[in-house]
Amino acid sequence: MKFSLTWLKDYLETTATLTQICDALNAIGLEVEGVEDPADKLAGFRIAHVLTAARHPDADKLQVLTVDTGDGAPLQVVCGAPNARAGMKGVLGLPGAVVPANGMVLRKSAIRGVESNGMMCSVRELELGEDHDGIIELPADAPVGSSFADYHGADPVIEVAVTPNRQDCMGVYGIARDLAAKGLGTLKPITMPAFTAAGACPVAIRTDDPEGCPAFYGRMITGVTNGASPEWLQARLKSAGQRPISLLVDLTNYLMLGFGRPAHVYDLAKLKGAVVARRASAGEQVLALNEKTYTLNASMVVIADEAQVHDIAGIMGGQHSGVSETTTDVLLEIAYFDPARIGATGRKLGLSSDARTRFERGVDPEFLDDGLDLLTGLIAELAGGTPSEAVRAGSPPSQAKVIAFDPGLTLRLGGVEVADAVQKRILESLGFTVDGAWQVTCPLRRRDIEGPADLVEEVVRIHGLDKVASVALPRTEGVARPTATPQQKLERGLRRSSAASGLNEAVTWSFLPIWAAEHFSAPDQPLWVLANPISEDMKAMRPSLLPGLLIAAKRNADRGAGSSRLFEIGRRYFRAGNGLSDEKPTLGIVLAGEKAQRGWASGKAKVFDAFDAKALALELLEAAGAPVANLMVFGEAGAQFHPGQSATLRLGPKVVLARFGMVHPATLKAFDVDGPIAAVELFLDAIPAKKGAAFARPGFTPPALQAVTRDFAFLVPEALAAGDLVRAVKGADKAAITAVRVFDVFAGAGVPDGRKSLALEVTLQPGETSFKDAELKAISEKIVAAAGKLGAELRG
Amino acid sequence: MTDITTQKDAALAAIAEAASLDALEEQRLDAVGKKGWVSLALKTLGGMSPDERTAAAPAIQAARAAIADALDAKKAALEAAALEAQLVRETLDLTLPAPGSPKGSVHPVSQVMDELAEIFADLGFAVATGPEIEDDWHNFTALNMGKTHPARAMHDTFYFPDRTEDGREILLRTHTSPVQIRSMLAQGAPIRIIAPGRVYRSDSDATHTPMFHQVEGLVIDKGIHLGHLKWTLETFFKAFFEREDIVLRLRPSYFPFTEPSVEVDVGYSTEGGRRVVGGHGDAPGHAWMELGGSGMVNARVLEFAGIDPNEWQGFAFGLGIDRIAMLKYGMNDLRAFFDGDGRWLSHYGFSPFDQPTLSAGVGARA
Repeated sequence: MKFSLTWLKDYLETTATLTQICDALNAIGLEVEGVEDPADKLAGFRIAHVLTAARHPDADKLQVLTVDTGDGAPLQVVCGAPNARAGMKGVLGLPGAVVPANGMVLRKSAIRGVESNGMMCSVRELELGEDHDGIIELPADAPVGSSFADYHGADPVIEVAVTPNRQDCMGVYGIARDLAAKGLGTLKPITMPAFTAAGACPVAIRTDDPEGCPAFYGRMITGVTNGASPEWLQARLKSAGQRPISLLVDLTNYLMLGFGRPAHVYDLAKLKGAVVARRASAGEQVLALNEKTYTLNASMVVIADEAQVHDIAGIMGGQHSGVSETTTDVLLEIAYFDPARIGATGRKLGLSSDARTRFERGVDPEFLDDGLDLLTGLIAELAGGTPSEAVRAGSPPSQAKVIAFDPGLTLRLGGVEVADAVQKRILESLGFTVDGAWQVTCPLRRRDIEGPADLVEEVVRIHGLDKVASVALPRTEGVARPTATPQQKLERGLRRSSAASGLNEAVTWSFLPIWAAEHFSAPDQPLWVLANPISEDMKAMRPSLLPGLLIAAKRNADRGAGSSRLFEIGRRYFRAGNGLSDEKPTLGIVLAGEKAQRGWASGKAKVFDAFDAKALALELLEAAGAPVANLMVFGEAGAQFHPGQSATLRLGPKVVLARFGMVHPATLKAFDVDGPIAAVELFLDAIPAKKGAAFARPGFTPPALQAVTRDFAFLVPEALAAGDLVRAVKGADKAAITAVRVFDVFAGAGVPDGRKSLALEVTLQPGETSFKDAELKAISEKIVAAAGKLGAELRG
Repeated sequence: MTDITTQKDAALAAIAEAASLDALEEQRLDAVGKKGWVSLALKTLGGMSPDERTAAAPAIQAARAAIADALDAKKAALEAAALEAQLVRETLDLTLPAPGSPKGSVHPVSQVMDELAEIFADLGFAVATGPEIEDDWHNFTALNMGKTHPARAMHDTFYFPDRTEDGREILLRTHTSPVQIRSMLAQGAPIRIIAPGRVYRSDSDATHTPMFHQVEGLVIDKGIHLGHLKWTLETFFKAFFEREDIVLRLRPSYFPFTEPSVEVDVGYSTEGGRRVVGGHGDAPGHAWMELGGSGMVNARVLEFAGIDPNEWQGFAFGLGIDRIAMLKYGMNDLRAFFDGDGRWLSHYGFSPFDQPTLSAGVGARA
């Protein structure tokens, strides 16, 4: 809502300054979004008297003036306006002033060799109108030397944000009422221009939809002249950001902006028969005042005559019966529409208007007759014509809400003590009535008031929220208890472990382009796809964290980054069996570009490989408390990974804790990013929670005897996984063998075709006594035998 | 006698002159080797009479000792010289770069969420979570925004074409407030939670992104009022910004899920082009900045969440995490938060060891 200070003062008798008014507006919940004070723009412009005017010696179209600015010696000013002449009074911009129209800072200068000490201004230069044919001519009595802003009566414009619950403040009068309640002045009664109604309204009015349009009041006025609006009306509308159109249209806008009361004026010549509020029939069309055609359906209320629809009720009128310069007879419409239906209609049509904004929040049901009379009186006064009696169909809601209020609630809920008498005064100043038993009757315009808490809000906002003192929340005794859940601790720990491993945490969009999401989704997992995405790139909820990270890595590479080590902890979005969201906490990692730059000691640059991914996966799973020693390496990392250089880490055959490996070249191509890229995904919901973990660790004493190591080199089938051999060897003597480590893998010269050599270092831990040669021999034999079952033979 | 002395002097001189361990070994063999002249001289002692032996032995023994000492000393000297020469050859140019290790970082949003959790834990708040793909009942209806409520339309909601089994619309949560509802339904009253997380609005410009982060706070108990709300936010901001001069201004506002509703402004000044929180907003050089919405939980919301509003009441607030992170740590571009630019993450990210703690102050200074 925008309005000028003058307009506000039409309704509010006040001596408050602009600043006081703005502070009060903020304090009572009408947030001031901006104040435009034209006086600010006109600073440095003064009323000046032209003493002499002479032809510029070097320019035909310029004159050299001497002007009196009220103090000091007259100034010399060069001026190009044809109407500049000795004796006139005008507006002089002094050096330092900023021309409102173009932002130019005025300076003392020489124009074609003649000194000029300012600028005589046109209407357009001061943004006071369009005229630019000459400089402003002021009346002879204009006080020379005084500020032009003061003389002009520059009127500040205040813009407030009205919250959706306060329809009653969607007119300047409502704002004045709130300010008066706050103590900023006295609310003036509405001035009702007198008119004489002559005869009944000959136009029949009906509402055939009492639910959608409970009340439809009207009146005919014949013989009006629809010209331009008077200056005062135009000024008010302009301050609200409205362009004056014609007297009749401007007056309905004045009623709407001044009193929150939308109305409509039909050109009677364009109407045929009875005017009816009814539901539209499906497919019915109307060309609205915004020059667009809307197709309606049976849920929407319209105003129509026998021939056609003339108004999308409460939202926008139709072109056909709109008033024009030639209009002489009119029908006024003041109606009450069901707010919910107006909102629904507006949303369905995608049509916003000032009227809709008010009707969908609910206009004042008690302001139909007065609104109609006010509009009638203004039309009769300014456009002439003869009004008929009013005609009324239906009636607006009239049941006032009564709330049993306990003034003690203001302290209990609002936290501030306000004397009962003050509470009563505040409520009454806002239009509530309060009886002796604190039964509070709400004005019908306050649809937002639902219960006692709303009354507390009214009291507190007018009394002053600044008077609410801070009160400490009660706290439990002693040190605060830990509150984090195991899942939260897991994520926090993993985040810091990942960062400690040299990865940068990214936060990427939860939504992806469809192609990227599909690339990472399984066929049996339908994606969540937005019905109204903001762009094609943000359409499908991610089924994996990797695509977002790949896209980020690509951006980094495109910016010339040598490498990206990114991780993100976030959700993947799936569907649960019941159709609801199944959001799985996940950690994704992408390692792109160079793992190590070329170096004086290390030689060529190195790229990431699948073992970098494996190392991170295991390190982070261990940090997460997963039983890393029990994990098995399986395949099936997914089609997005290199089939021969990727794997899953599982706890048993089914529980997949992580996948890792090199990204498939086809995926790299799809994401248009250079490889090789390694990636990891940890499925945090699959990591088993630690059971019954206590602070005390299991008992442990380091063994007294030193461990011994023995090396074994086996020739094994080429296809045998090293992990299988290690597991077999570990199982050969579970008591003695504490570790088995592969330290060499070799195929080629000296190794038969179809075989490879795997060299293992086995750590043996003696118990109470050292191993005897025979024991070591027996263990070795068991190791060789266990390996033999996998087709491994000890190398000679 | 003279002969031994002369030979000894010659040997000592030769030892002194030996330039290498090999040359020294030659001298050792020559003198005290099996066939060296000292060894031979010692052997001659066996064939002597006791008297002769007594006369000759001391000179020979002395020569042997002197030569052995000289050999040891020379050997040590030569070895030390050799080591020194070797070490000189091993000299490295230590201005060459050492191998580096990549430095990881924690995203500012995560860091601030950890700070929030730490501060609010001290006030007795747990951290609650809820789904981001929500239904309209939790996101709107239970928060007192019925189907036709104008505020619904103001939320710029992302919808899915899907419906729940009972016909609710499915959408991306537009705020963290549905977590209030879920938490109250799950655990009833009393309750103290914060709920940080991702939220979504179909809005995108220089200062808005379609995804951003909010934190919701909720306290339901007996006798909780606006004064407690004000204290809680003041206390939080003092701890978060680690300064005592935080001044809040409450302004009446409107949210369907709170009544009364208040907007929270904080006083700030501008230093070096950056907003610095602190001081009274009306003081010279200061102004007010909106930080978030809050209010006393609407009785209807309590009813929707299965809590008796006659017995319990409380407050809720919502703050933008990205926004307070920017205010505290000086970022000026929200869009960069979600870009994954390694340079930005390294600059504005945090060390993994900047774990917020109350004892060290929750913030991490640059």
